Amino acid sequence: MRLNVNPTRMELGKLKARLKTATRGHKLLKDKTDEMIRRFSDLVREDKLLRDSLETDISATLKKFSLARTLASKSDIELAFTIPSVSVEIECGVKTVMNVPIPHLTLNKTEKQGKYPYSFAFLTSEADVAVDSAGSLIEKMVKLAELEKAVAMLADEIEKGKRRVNALEYVMIPNLEETIKYISMKLEENDRSSRVRLMKVKSMIGEK
Amino acid sequence: MKGKTAIIGDGESILVFKAVGVEPFAVKSAEDAESVLSEIAKSYKIIFITDDFAAKIDEKISKYTAQSYPIIVSVPSKSGSNGYGEQKLTEAMEKALGINLFSANGK
Repeated sequence: MRLNVNPTRMELGKLKARLKTATRGHKLLKDKTDEMIRRFSDLVREDKLLRDSLETDISATLKKFSLARTLASKSDIELAFTIPSVSVEIECGVKTVMNVPIPHLTLNKTEKQGKYPYSFAFLTSEADVAVDSAGSLIEKMVKLAELEKAVAMLADEIEKGKRRVNALEYVMIPNLEETIKYISMKLEENDRSSRVRLMKVKSMIGEK
Repeated sequence: MKGKTAIIGDGESILVFKAVGVEPFAVKSAEDAESVLSEIAKSYKIIFITDDFAAKIDEKISKYTAQSYPIIVSVPSKSGSNGYGEQKLTEAMEKALGINLFSANGK
């Protein structure tokens, strides 16, 4: 589609500059999306592996714990877990991957004295096992959280980037090219007609 | 910036994570989960949610995808995974790449 501009030399200059920027922008954006896709596929693979290994572990832990729960009274359980033995603090930062701000998490685990937050009289050994594995799982879960978020955000960004690249490639650049062609043809046409007019005038003067 | 973690799920099994410093929020239904989620979204950085609930309040969760925090992660419930997490991953992959990397050879 031709842009709606006046066919003048000034417009032509402007459009040529715009075309130059658009082509450069297109190249840069395309490179950026390609790199993002490369990083994304690495992340996705990592995420998938981690999730696969975690899913079985987590549901096993939960299952074990619910078994432990059934063996103790409700109030005992609630009491036993009111004070956490391990306090998990997460340092939340932001790092950028290809200008996309993705969360960066570091886990600070501080274990309090004694591994289990309850006395052994309250609960059965199933609870110990479950708490143990939950403790070792939490690190992986935080890692998974970080990866999963990165994957989701990168996917969004890649989609946006792709749309931009396509808009430039298939709309903006062809439009500009067409308009430039139109203007330069129009200018040539004007040139020719004024030359013909001059020749005619000259010949008329010569006749006199 | 320090962040706290929370887990949303049915009251039965998530209590175990309290022992490792993750605040459990027990909910009964998907509506509960939704309201709890919007309540705690501001104060917690990482929110785990068991995937039986996650699948039901998918729309709500998608709203948080665009911002860096909170991070909402689905984890399987005690009855095992229902594939919600995997499905999300596939969706993201198809959105970004146009293909599913893992479907062809199962890995």
